[in-house]
Amino acid sequence: MWLNQFLILGALLFCIGVYGVLARRNGVMVLMSIELILNSVNINLVAFGAFNGTPVGQVFALFVIAVAAAEVGVGLAIVLLIYRNRTSIDLDAADLLKG
Amino acid sequence: MEFVVFLIAGAIVVGGAIGVLAFANPVHAALSLVATLFGVAVLFVAQNAQFLAAVQVIVYAGAIVVLFLFVIMLLGVDRSDDLRVEPIVGQRPLALLAGVGVLAASLVAVLSAGGSTATRTVRSTAVAIPTEEPDVTSLGRLLFTDHVLALEITAILLTVAVVGAVVLARRPGRDEPSVEADVEAEA
Repeated sequence: MWLNQFLILGALLFCIGVYGVLARRNGVMVLMSIELILNSVNINLVAFGAFNGTPVGQVFALFVIAVAAAEVGVGLAIVLLIYRNRTSIDLDAADLLKG
Repeated sequence: MEFVVFLIAGAIVVGGAIGVLAFANPVHAALSLVATLFGVAVLFVAQNAQFLAAVQVIVYAGAIVVLFLFVIMLLGVDRSDDLRVEPIVGQRPLALLAGVGVLAASLVAVLSAGGSTATRTVRSTAVAIPTEEPDVTSLGRLLFTDHVLALEITAILLTVAVVGAVVLARRPGRDEPSVEADVEAEA
């Protein structure tokens, strides 16, 4: 296994996630795109760890997974609350702070 | 052989990710996300990270995607995102530009570094040389010695996140101050 192929795959996945975060308006879909970004980071961490022959990369990836779980829990709760207040999960509709 | 596994898993990963973007129905997008997560798990196994692959399948495909599906069900499946409507002028072209720009930057970084250093010529050691300890043993040893503080903080973070999610999502009883009432009062 070469290192480069994992890095390129990670870059590709990251960019797909960035596009999803910026282009989607549905709050749940934006959270899914954030998951894609976090997974691309995990691919890179494990690839670098395997490249250097240490499991430290896997430890970091494990922490990333734990933080992603926490983030999704709170994020989906916020989406639920936005839906209850505005009966819409369209993120463009949540513009209370707009001047 | 390894490269074939990588190609198949990579194709599943990228295809699933594109599916997340392309499907208008959130349920289909969530199932597409499962494909991506399984592909990533296969890549972990290919790099001798079996424990992480198991965690990936259990936590991501088992818990997080189910949470997504649960919320989608709660909000109603029919609220699909119409991909053709653009409320903000130029949002999607600009998003595409940002995505392609980041991709180009990272590809240039990877390929220019790969041309000069050992990344292209040296093989990953984890696959070539089997370690004397199993993967899980060394991972656990590291977690509970070098990274024990981070582990404790992650535990606290998860507790805080669970409590926060419950507080945010539950419906308040009568005579109780609620987050929603505060927001509505200000609106």
